[in-house]
Amino acid sequence: MAVTVRLPTQLRDAVGGASAVEAEGATVGEALESVFAQHGELRERLYQDGGLRRFVNVYLGGEDIRFLDGLDTALPAGAELTILPAVAGG
Amino acid sequence: MAAKQLKCRECATEYPLEARYVCSRCFGPLEVGYEHARAVDVGEVRRRIQGGPQNMWRYHDFLPLAGAQPRTRTGLPAGCTPLIRADRLAERLGIRELWVKNDAHNPTHSFKDRVVSVAATRARELGFDTLACASTGNLANSVAAHGAALGMASYVLIPADLEEQKVLATGVYGTNVVKVRGNYDDVNRLCTELSGDRENWAFVNINMRPYYAEGSKTVAYEIVEQLGWELPDRCVVPIASGSLYTKIAKGFGEFIDVGLVDGELPTMNGAQATGCSPVAKAYDAGQDFCRPVKPSTIAKSLAIGNPADGPYALDLARMTGGSIDAVSDEEIRAGIRLLAETTGIFTETAGGVTTATLAKLAERGDIGADERVVLVITGDGLKTLDAVRDSFTAHEVDASIESFEASFAGSVPA
Repeated sequence: MAVTVRLPTQLRDAVGGASAVEAEGATVGEALESVFAQHGELRERLYQDGGLRRFVNVYLGGEDIRFLDGLDTALPAGAELTILPAVAGG
Repeated sequence: MAAKQLKCRECATEYPLEARYVCSRCFGPLEVGYEHARAVDVGEVRRRIQGGPQNMWRYHDFLPLAGAQPRTRTGLPAGCTPLIRADRLAERLGIRELWVKNDAHNPTHSFKDRVVSVAATRARELGFDTLACASTGNLANSVAAHGAALGMASYVLIPADLEEQKVLATGVYGTNVVKVRGNYDDVNRLCTELSGDRENWAFVNINMRPYYAEGSKTVAYEIVEQLGWELPDRCVVPIASGSLYTKIAKGFGEFIDVGLVDGELPTMNGAQATGCSPVAKAYDAGQDFCRPVKPSTIAKSLAIGNPADGPYALDLARMTGGSIDAVSDEEIRAGIRLLAETTGIFTETAGGVTTATLAKLAERGDIGADERVVLVITGDGLKTLDAVRDSFTAHEVDASIESFEASFAGSVPA
């Protein structure tokens, strides 16, 4: 399943400056794995102990995946994932 | 300035003091780090503060600004709000010594003027000409007003269902009011995305967040100074993102470290509305992280379902022997009335949350018989009038003595 993963400015240096990358996967976790396969540096920056770091938010169509099934959330074809820092606001 | 760098709270990576809020390595929040020397002559430092302006710039040495102390007769200086001894409320709740820090006394009637003052001043130092924010209302008021006072363009993004009073009190300043169809967390997500693309905009609570957050420390500095350079035993503070709650403790800690006051950090109690209580729920469950929630409460200024400083708020409550409690909308309304009837202070729903939480702590027996307690009131009741609508009845009479007496039959002394 081809999906688009949009990256925040803080991560774009790891992918040569692009604001989005293409990924493959049936779930959020699989899609991220396919991104890490191309851009290995991103794994350490986004993951800790096999899961998302606590200050990383991932959204599917504007919804925080923690309100869905987390990394197991199923992805429809053409889905767009957005990764953002969680420390904003307040 | 004494501020030396931005430092990641998670992995300690350091960055220069620029418009940056998140660690590139681990996404942790950046915080301003200082090199404060322990005061050699405490009296001299205290006198210098006391000789400063009657606003928060008297604590300029403890804020992350590069330039000289901002001019105090320009802009929109915040702070130096009243600390009122609340004996009638204390008596009602069975507390020995209770003080109310009334931050509704700021230029736009909430504590947000403190954080915006620092963020806007730092934004100018860094060369920005436009202010922006994601807001639950009070911040929108403050950013719009500061933009007007400083001659900076501003964009305020708010949830579309915000209280009318807060929207009107924002638009009047000539800002760009953007009502986002969604809740605060949606607004915040949009602003986080926008901040990556609008590099000439200073989003006070996003790319300027490390500086912004420092403004809240001045609440603690003032409490210490107003208590005659002494610490309270306990503070009750509302929690939305957890930034105010944790930075008040940082402020106390800095004054202790520098030697301006002796003692330990106060017990820190956090207050949330049950309808948006991710931090209180995590506290109850013994967790060190917050699971986001979808807010549903009348306390809209506290309606942040995904609190950025939640983990640090949990640490602080546990470290100081405090707690994080939640109160229902009904208790919030009762809290507003209780504060108003016993102190003459009319607070918004967030203050109802804080007052109701104080009442809950007192009822539960958490407050010791010899404690000095400070209740932090963050905003003005005129901003959330719906919370008190239909909570009392007025007497409508003809303009005659007879009609007046008939209305008060039996209750007016002969």
